[in-house]
Amino acid sequence: MKRTDKKVITAILAAVILISALPLFVLKGAEFGGSDDAGSQVIEEIETGYEPWFTPVLEAMIGGEIPGEVESLLFCVQTGIGVGIIAFLLGRFVERKKWENAENSKSVKEKEAVMILKDLQ
Amino acid sequence: MTKGQKKILIASVAFAAAFGIAPTATAMHIMEGYLPLGFCIAWGIVSLPFLVNGFFSIQKKLKENGKNITILAMSGAFIFVISSLKIPSVTGSCSHMTGTGLGAILFGPGAVSILGMIVLIFQAVLLAHGGLTTLGANTFSMAVAGPFLSYAIYVLCKKCKVNRRAGVFLAAALGDLFTYCITSFQLAIAYPAEGGVMASMAKFLTVFAPTQIPLAVVEGLLTVVVIITLENYAQPELSNAGYLENEKM
Repeated sequence: MKRTDKKVITAILAAVILISALPLFVLKGAEFGGSDDAGSQVIEEIETGYEPWFTPVLEAMIGGEIPGEVESLLFCVQTGIGVGIIAFLLGRFVERKKWENAENSKSVKEKEAVMILKDLQ
Repeated sequence: MTKGQKKILIASVAFAAAFGIAPTATAMHIMEGYLPLGFCIAWGIVSLPFLVNGFFSIQKKLKENGKNITILAMSGAFIFVISSLKIPSVTGSCSHMTGTGLGAILFGPGAVSILGMIVLIFQAVLLAHGGLTTLGANTFSMAVAGPFLSYAIYVLCKKCKVNRRAGVFLAAALGDLFTYCITSFQLAIAYPAEGGVMASMAKFLTVFAPTQIPLAVVEGLLTVVVIITLENYAQPELSNAGYLENEKM
């Protein structure tokens, strides 16, 4: 990876961490609920007493809300699937690049050796 | 990447995951049962041609070169990861990003429609997040409108010779924001407040937009990170996908 690219990536990741972590420290005591809960509140504000006419399949099957811990588990599963695929493919790319570089330098060296041999002859 | 860089990368991912998941709440997308039946069907019908187009576009890309599957899988996985991270925002509530910008830039908006819908189905069925009845509407906002705007901005930036990475950032960030504008619009026409659809839309936007702006920036930045990494390690795939056409690295 190019030097400047490394610097750019480091700077970007630092910024990302800062942006996503800062609210937690600045807004102490905020609830950090989901913003679509807020969305449903607006709906209820506009149309008082609105009842959702369909419940999520899984909630209907277990007859209640998904427990918080299980929900975070399922979100982790989703993250895990994604990270797994990315890590697997990226690992292959990085290895391939390494091999390619090794091959290239090998073939360059071989060519040089041939040239030297020819000179000697 | 150097060892140190890898450590930073891993640490930041762990960090983001910890902060993203800790506050559990059902966030974003229109929730199950919150959109009247007529609208559910209408948005489903509107999304349908885009999905068909997306299916053919993926088929074509894979026929052109079977190796495209790697980057395509990666774009899909990126949506999986990014849309599972709920991140606290300045307004004191949490929301998550869409992650659709990357795929739109690499493959065009068509292919992302399918990828986005897969993620939405996963979340609707397993996470009670979004919903099957609102799948059409959510597909339109997250997997159709957002990616199309991302792609348009990316192409525009390319035409205007804006720095490519800046273009990628703008495309991903604005695509993310646009998704939530569309969500607000969808809710607004279903629930017009006093003063009509526009007043209602303003109301929904004030709920979604401030929360989403910092997250859109984060999404833009992360998309640039992935693009930089791919530019370094996966040049053959990027040129196959058409991202690096007539450009010298």
